[in-house]
Amino acid sequence: MITIFFKRIILAIPVLFAVASITFFLIKIAPGGPFDADKAVSPQVLKNLNEAYNLDASNWEQYVDYMSGLVQGDLGPSFRFPGRSVTEMIATGLPVTFELAFYAILLALFMGIFLGVLAALKRNTFLDFIPMAIAMIGICVPTFLMGPLLVLIFGINLELLPVSGWGQLPGDKILPSLTLGFAYAAYIARLSRGGMLEVLNQDFIRTARAKGLTERMVVFKHAMQGGLIPVVSFLGPAIAGLLAGSFVVETIFQIPGLGRFYVEAAFNRDYTMILGTTIFFSAMIVFFNLLSDLAALWLNPRSRDT
Amino acid sequence: MKNNSLWSDALYRLSRNRAAMLGGFVLIMLIICAVLAPWIAPYSYSFQDLNLGASPPSSDHLLGTDILGRDLLSRILYGARISLLVGFVATAVALIIGVCWGIVAGYMGGRVDSIMMRIVDVLYGLPFIIFIILLMVIFGRNLWLLFGAIGAVEWLTMARIVRGQVIGLKNQEFVLSAQAMGVSNLSMFRRHLLPNILGPIAVYATLTIPQVMLLEGFLSFLGLGIQPPMSSWGTLIKDGVESMEEYSWLLIYPGITFTITLFALNFFGDGLRDALDPKTSDN
Amino acid sequence: MKIKHFFLLFALVLFGCGKSISPVDSSIETGVFHFGNGSEPQGIDPHIVTGVPEHHVLISLCEGLTIPNLNSGGNLPGAAESWTVSDDGKEYIFNLNKNGKWSNGDPVTASDFVWSWMRILTASLGSQYPDMLYYLEGAEEYHTGVTSNFDEVGVKAVDEYTLKVNLKNPTPFFIGMLSHYSTWPVHKETVLKHGAIDDRNGQWTRPGNFVCNGPFQLKSWELNNKIVVEKNPNYWDAEKVSLNEMHFYPVSNVMTEDRMFRAGQLHLTSTLPSQKCPIYIEENNPDLRIDPYMGQYFYRLNVDNPSLKDVRVRKALAFSIDRKLLVEKVTKCGQIPAYSFTPPGSNGYQPDTKIPFDPELAKELLNDAGYSESNPFPKLEILFNTNEDHRKLALAIQQMWQQNLGIEVELVNQDWKVYLSREMVGDFQVSRAGWIGDYEDPNTFLDLMRPNRGNNKTGWEDANYDSIVEKANSTSDQTQRYELLKEAERILIDNMPIIPLYTYVRSYQLSPDVKGYNPHILDHHHPKFIYLERD
Repeated sequence: MITIFFKRIILAIPVLFAVASITFFLIKIAPGGPFDADKAVSPQVLKNLNEAYNLDASNWEQYVDYMSGLVQGDLGPSFRFPGRSVTEMIATGLPVTFELAFYAILLALFMGIFLGVLAALKRNTFLDFIPMAIAMIGICVPTFLMGPLLVLIFGINLELLPVSGWGQLPGDKILPSLTLGFAYAAYIARLSRGGMLEVLNQDFIRTARAKGLTERMVVFKHAMQGGLIPVVSFLGPAIAGLLAGSFVVETIFQIPGLGRFYVEAAFNRDYTMILGTTIFFSAMIVFFNLLSDLAALWLNPRSRDT
Repeated sequence: MKNNSLWSDALYRLSRNRAAMLGGFVLIMLIICAVLAPWIAPYSYSFQDLNLGASPPSSDHLLGTDILGRDLLSRILYGARISLLVGFVATAVALIIGVCWGIVAGYMGGRVDSIMMRIVDVLYGLPFIIFIILLMVIFGRNLWLLFGAIGAVEWLTMARIVRGQVIGLKNQEFVLSAQAMGVSNLSMFRRHLLPNILGPIAVYATLTIPQVMLLEGFLSFLGLGIQPPMSSWGTLIKDGVESMEEYSWLLIYPGITFTITLFALNFFGDGLRDALDPKTSDN
Repeated sequence: MKIKHFFLLFALVLFGCGKSISPVDSSIETGVFHFGNGSEPQGIDPHIVTGVPEHHVLISLCEGLTIPNLNSGGNLPGAAESWTVSDDGKEYIFNLNKNGKWSNGDPVTASDFVWSWMRILTASLGSQYPDMLYYLEGAEEYHTGVTSNFDEVGVKAVDEYTLKVNLKNPTPFFIGMLSHYSTWPVHKETVLKHGAIDDRNGQWTRPGNFVCNGPFQLKSWELNNKIVVEKNPNYWDAEKVSLNEMHFYPVSNVMTEDRMFRAGQLHLTSTLPSQKCPIYIEENNPDLRIDPYMGQYFYRLNVDNPSLKDVRVRKALAFSIDRKLLVEKVTKCGQIPAYSFTPPGSNGYQPDTKIPFDPELAKELLNDAGYSESNPFPKLEILFNTNEDHRKLALAIQQMWQQNLGIEVELVNQDWKVYLSREMVGDFQVSRAGWIGDYEDPNTFLDLMRPNRGNNKTGWEDANYDSIVEKANSTSDQTQRYELLKEAERILIDNMPIIPLYTYVRSYQLSPDVKGYNPHILDHHHPKFIYLERD
């Protein structure tokens, strides 16, 4: 397992290199530059700006330049925010997004697995239908509706919680974490129910039951190991997606996280910022996919020896 | 174990599942409504009555009108065409690519798996919004492009899930014995692996459809999807959320339609999965 | 068991912090102004940044020679205590306030202004607003590299507290332009400590480093979260400043901003969700403010496009739009139908152009241009940037053109930057546009449509129009000048390269605790006049 881990870490380098290269040329093809604005700047000024940021060099030169900076860990200056480096901006947004994602995923796992396993065990009873109906509604209700709804209820009508912010006013972290967590809880509930149902029908569970093991042992020791594999394979991309996709929640709740930087950079054509955040998120994706693969390996005794 | 009896068995089991049949019925009704929209909708999707503006449900407009005075019922009916099409086609695209990719990667293992999954990692990493903007600029506005764009994003997770499942199945007795019997790779995928992973696939597909429909709303807003004044459920819900405090009906009715569709899909999907599952037959 | 604990904890957290005092409530004691600022400012270097959120922060931190008088119009002393203009209107003498100090205690001198203006005219700095100073003698030449001797530019420090400015032409709106932050001073020693004169990325704008001469000084800056400024004790008029701190929140989502205001987290919003406006008007919401604003919403027509070459077609399009219906039923927030390019009444200027709503006449014009049932007008595209309000308006206009002229219209929305680049290269037929005045004079609009102006974008060029505007701007008599500008505007509307739609209003929410925040046509609100008081 440790060799797999290191092998994959080494393989991450060409992956990140490919992401950086493709993204670099994608954003160069995309129309509109970082300095296009409502009030058009004169050609003279545009020329000065392009010179100041080395944008007058050929694409290839810029690419080599960027890549050699990247190797040394330099992500360059932001085009949109003069005087700020991309590294600095990622460093300010990251802890916030991590914290938000952490609460959300914790909430989602806790609620999702509990409801999903319960539903699978009590198949075709009310304890199956009701959690699954809730999960379905959780999937139907997109984050951009759930967020404002929670705010209107708890923030505006009941005046219990702040409607926005992160660490500014007491209790302002609750609603965003709930909003982001709900969406994923619904998925996890459905996936774990499906996975559990698959496993509960398999021979080794029947054998275990026939051997006279308690139901609790069967469920926790045997069934859940295999039954949660779909959840675990979903979790890798989900955590990565949670980090990148926290944009909606960060916007609704005015949270200074990385998701907003990432999306706004794309709209602003802040070239270095797009590249920096993309590379960073790719690294996260590779890492969490790796973790989830390893976890699946560990949960699945039969594939362990491959 | 002839294919024929497998399918007819499945069909029989499906027809005995009441929830699935109800779901199927609702879906068929929705599809009929969508197809017949131009004939059954009381107004055109684009007709504006600016003087009327946003009005709550009334006898003239059963579900009310939006801010430009357009009939909501008609817009929901027309919207069904786009949304059902996007939901099914884009999900199918994602499903086909994702399942094929996942099975091959998971079953082959080794270097093939490694390369295939690293490609997935690269695609995961690319900035989606830039990708969408580029598609729009290069190809213009095009409904098929929308399906492609959504499918291209959604298949990645599918591939990962399928691969995980296949790795789990790989060392089971029935696979090993089939291998020993010299079954070709293709029939291994089709006969032995695919039927055994239909469950998670069906579940994930039912999860993907609503996601895809909402994504369409977002992409249309960015300008990639349908062009105004055409409507889709995704755009109706997006607009509804924005004015939910003032004109709640603009959110409630599209929301209800959307939710009913998803429940129907889900019941039908679950029933289909149970019916197709080779193991449930002896239950 | 575990779940119970979890929910218990959750409930505890929920109710433990229930009904706390809102930030707006506690501000009565603390004197903190919570300001909804739209989006994250790019920076606070007045020579580099562009945009409105930047202006809001900068007006609290730095001060130009004059500040606009927010009550009666005209200008009040800023860094300059008084000023005189020569008879030919070309030479300005500014007497600087001798008590004027930077936030570190250094005196503000005339040479600070000379150096600051040299900085913005330094080409390699890449400032986006050097043309604000092009009215000075030799400024354009220095910026474009014709001369490298700054002594040839018309700004001199006569002595420590006297600044002499020489203009190319008498420019009656020059004093008004001084309220724009590109003309404001920066502290030379601080800038140079953190980089060269042309360093865009210098760290001098960071909290702890930043030095300027405004009523407030920079306290902290959390990216995408908030900027905090506190009272500057060294400000020459510090005793007039009532607020202790201002907190600027970059709330880009208007719905979030609205909810923050309603929950008492903001005193002021940057704007209003458009669907809320008619509801608030109906409810007589006391926090709703709708102020006049010097901005115009219009459609650009690409006159180089084969279908739009004919002026009769352009007029037909303009005459078939019912502007009254648009503002009453679509925008619904007190906007004013526009029949001219300049917003009426800006600094006493009243345009006298007319654009009728006359579908019959429009139809006739289209017929005259050679289009009929047998030869229908080709499909027309309206380009707009992705935004709900632009879409709504375009939908309404689409229907008007379809009904009144029988033209097939397609809507094309694009991402902001794609929209800008398409407009720039002329890859459009009709494109939505807006323009907000930079200073209080009709020239800030009419200058736009002169040939070879980067923001013209319609391809329309008219030598006559150009020479009349030119002539107007070298006329120092205001009445005579306005007559010339009116004539120019008549030419413009007669050629219809742009279709005016409505005049903007500034709509926002303001807490009743805030006093001294008066309407202003350029939306300038000097923070030294703002105070908090609960009735």
